[in-house]
Amino acid sequence: MKKIIRSGRIIDPRSGTDAIMDVFIAAGKIVGLGESPHGFHANREIDASNMIVCPGLVDLSARLREPGFEYKATLESEMAAAVAGGITSLACPPDTDPVLDEPGLVEMLKHRARSLNQAHVYPVGALTQGLKGERLTEMAELRDAGCVAFGQSNMPLPNIRVMMQAMQYASTFGFVVWLRPQDMNLADGGVAHDGEVATRLGLPPVPVCAETVALANIILMTRETGARVHLCRISSAEGVAMIRAARQQGLPITCDVSANHIHLSEMDIGFFNSNCHLIPPLRALGDRDALRAGLLDGTIDAICSDHAPVDEDHKLLPFAEAEAGATGMELLLPLALKWGAEKKAPLAQVLAKITAEPARILGVEAGYLSLGATADLCIFDPEQYWKVEATALKSQGKNTPFLGMELPGRVKYTLINGNIVHEG
Amino acid sequence: MDEMQLPNAEQLLAELTGRIRPDVETTTALVGIHTGGVWLSQRLHQDLKLSLPLGALDVSFYRDDFDQIGLHPQVKPSDIPFKVEGSHIILIDDVLYTGRTIRAAINELFDYGRPASVRLAALVDRGGRELPIVAQYVGATLDLPSDKMLALEKSDNGKLSLSLYDKRRDNE
Amino acid sequence: MNNPQLNKNGELQHLLTTEGLSAAILLNILDTAESFVGVTERDVKKVPLLRGKSIFNLFFEPSTRTRTTFEIAAKRLSADVVNLNIAVSSQSKGETLLDTVNNLSAMHADMFVVRHSQSGAAHLIARHVRPEIHVINAGDGRHAHPTQGLLDVFTIRRYKPDFRNLRVAIVGDILHSRVARSQIHALTTLGVPEVRVIAPKTLLPSKVERLGVHVYHEMEHGLKDVDVLMMLRLQSERMLSARLPSTEEYFKYYGLTQERLALAKRDAIVLHPGPMNRGVEIDSAVADGKQSVILPQVTFGIAVRMAVMSILAGN
Repeated sequence: MKKIIRSGRIIDPRSGTDAIMDVFIAAGKIVGLGESPHGFHANREIDASNMIVCPGLVDLSARLREPGFEYKATLESEMAAAVAGGITSLACPPDTDPVLDEPGLVEMLKHRARSLNQAHVYPVGALTQGLKGERLTEMAELRDAGCVAFGQSNMPLPNIRVMMQAMQYASTFGFVVWLRPQDMNLADGGVAHDGEVATRLGLPPVPVCAETVALANIILMTRETGARVHLCRISSAEGVAMIRAARQQGLPITCDVSANHIHLSEMDIGFFNSNCHLIPPLRALGDRDALRAGLLDGTIDAICSDHAPVDEDHKLLPFAEAEAGATGMELLLPLALKWGAEKKAPLAQVLAKITAEPARILGVEAGYLSLGATADLCIFDPEQYWKVEATALKSQGKNTPFLGMELPGRVKYTLINGNIVHEG
Repeated sequence: MDEMQLPNAEQLLAELTGRIRPDVETTTALVGIHTGGVWLSQRLHQDLKLSLPLGALDVSFYRDDFDQIGLHPQVKPSDIPFKVEGSHIILIDDVLYTGRTIRAAINELFDYGRPASVRLAALVDRGGRELPIVAQYVGATLDLPSDKMLALEKSDNGKLSLSLYDKRRDNE
Repeated sequence: MNNPQLNKNGELQHLLTTEGLSAAILLNILDTAESFVGVTERDVKKVPLLRGKSIFNLFFEPSTRTRTTFEIAAKRLSADVVNLNIAVSSQSKGETLLDTVNNLSAMHADMFVVRHSQSGAAHLIARHVRPEIHVINAGDGRHAHPTQGLLDVFTIRRYKPDFRNLRVAIVGDILHSRVARSQIHALTTLGVPEVRVIAPKTLLPSKVERLGVHVYHEMEHGLKDVDVLMMLRLQSERMLSARLPSTEEYFKYYGLTQERLALAKRDAIVLHPGPMNRGVEIDSAVADGKQSVILPQVTFGIAVRMAVMSILAGN
């Protein structure tokens, strides 16, 4: 099936392309940009005037809740949410039940996802068996089954010797280790940033040093082992400063932030809004501002949705007992655009944070738009504001701190392998 | 209704005092109902030279319209500084109307003890009773439209006067 | 953001915390409580105000003492009281907090008095009950215990009516204390110019000064010239963590003795929310001494809870 996308503004962060032109698609590939290939006859034309055409979004953290948590969400509902958000490639963390620590489970997930013909799913394998932080998984086998990296999701690595050995082993094969820096003892029992709001509301705190102490260990171990490390969900100003310094020293570190944390702070918890119970906790306004600046100066490479759909029963609980997390895939593009507009960042840079950069971190062929590339595309109207409400979300999780807010950027079409998988 | 001539409260009080005086004994105790009744009872207590100390009731906790209008915003403490058991009490109120305030006051009084007798004195009886209650001592009887509220007021120099207002809500 | 404690007329619908309430609302509660003190001193300690109303004491965390004071208050208002110790019933069968509350609402409750180990539990319930139901927070996690905070300021006002010249010190485990938080908000709202907290650093929450208090770590400095000392109970489990070495050392440096009390003003009063750990946070000689107003606190507690219940039920 051949398609023409007419008159859209084409932005490809990787090549720097930013121009209004037509895109020609055949056999799932981009066969023409601006100029029609000889004798091209389209079966379908998409009018993209006044819209932006960019590479399909790449999300570094999307929980699909399968296997094990189908009552929160299913692969079907969340894959529909992904394309509704313009996401064409996503990495899913290993915190399923059972944990993604065996090749069979990874193959099953890849197979289930492929059968839906939607976004490309790239599992992040468990770094340790059962995410228990004790014994290593069969990383090489898991890689062969389809894992692109190895991590612990939100589970701690309590033993620094295990961390060191996991990094040594992973680096033997050139695998990237994904770690969310948090010292489990300093964070023990905490549910909110150790600051004014937690003090007022009497919520058990997570101090900033829970992040920075762990970060110091990871940085030292990166230097020690030579492993490539991707740091997940940085939350504090001090953390950003440490990463900036480490990168200046040439350490092979990349870093992401959740779309929630570049807009929200502890203040948004208000009167115990459990939709703001997130991991890591929303921190002070100064931390949020440092994350926004770190993203702009490149210390933070990518924005992810940190998609975590939670069923209503597990949110309708006292703040600390409510399950952490927010649905996010459908908000990734709007929240990135909002950040860009507020920081006056060029659109190409904003889109890089959710396309080319996360694709580079994942090490996959995605997140770019050029002749010969797979036609994974997102077409959106940057001027259209829409209201975040339960009925507007495809995800089974309706839990987000942004409920009721108006956000810019509505995805009009999502194409994967040249097929239209979402029309908004 | 501004043209309507209201009686002089000071004059009515003098008449009321005169009517109560013959019945006063050593066991007589006065209890004023907040707020106007308390002002009147203070004056009566002084003029009648009563030996038992003066009592005051705020009937807010005994009102029957709590479900409609909630708790009165400025509740004052009730204070009955004598032994109610066996005493002869005269309740003092400014305006007797539906009788519901008096019902509440009698109920409250009985939570302090069992008086030998309770009589009622009111500066003005404006009729409109909704309960079988009668005052033994009345300064004046007035016939007023039901959309008006009659209130006793006290000036800075302590002089009492009556004023008529448009009724905002249904109470005495 | 709407204050979840107020109805659309700006009246108190629920009492969840002393934070964010106007001085007028707090003073109305205190003034109403004055009238109830008179009632509790009579032979018949009961008024018919809440006749026919059903008040449910929902205690998800056991506390005989607090539950009893609410029960007495409700009964003196002629309400029907149902006590539920949910810690040992439905919660263990997997029923959620809101399931429990919905079930009880269906039994035509007029008011819930809620005690829960999690901060925010009372807010959650208030947000989800039918609009005619009132919720009183009887203690949620570390967050708030507003009736205790109010009865403490009521007690202070009885002895020190002029709040504009008061210096108040709150001593002990501020970090874990819902009582301290409720005291601080009530005192600062009512215009007390200087509220101090005195504790070792391990028992103070971060940014506590943002609550409008002055921080002291030594009793010798913190108690100087204060008018009111509010002692907090020290839970014995604090000794199990690394926050404190021993009760003995705590008493030596933070316990209230006669000698330490002498650092405060001569007519200073001493409060404690109870139950006391004698010899841990307070010496018996002080607890039973003539500057102690700990027993009056208990008496006034009933009147303050009667005031809160009758104001809420009327709004």
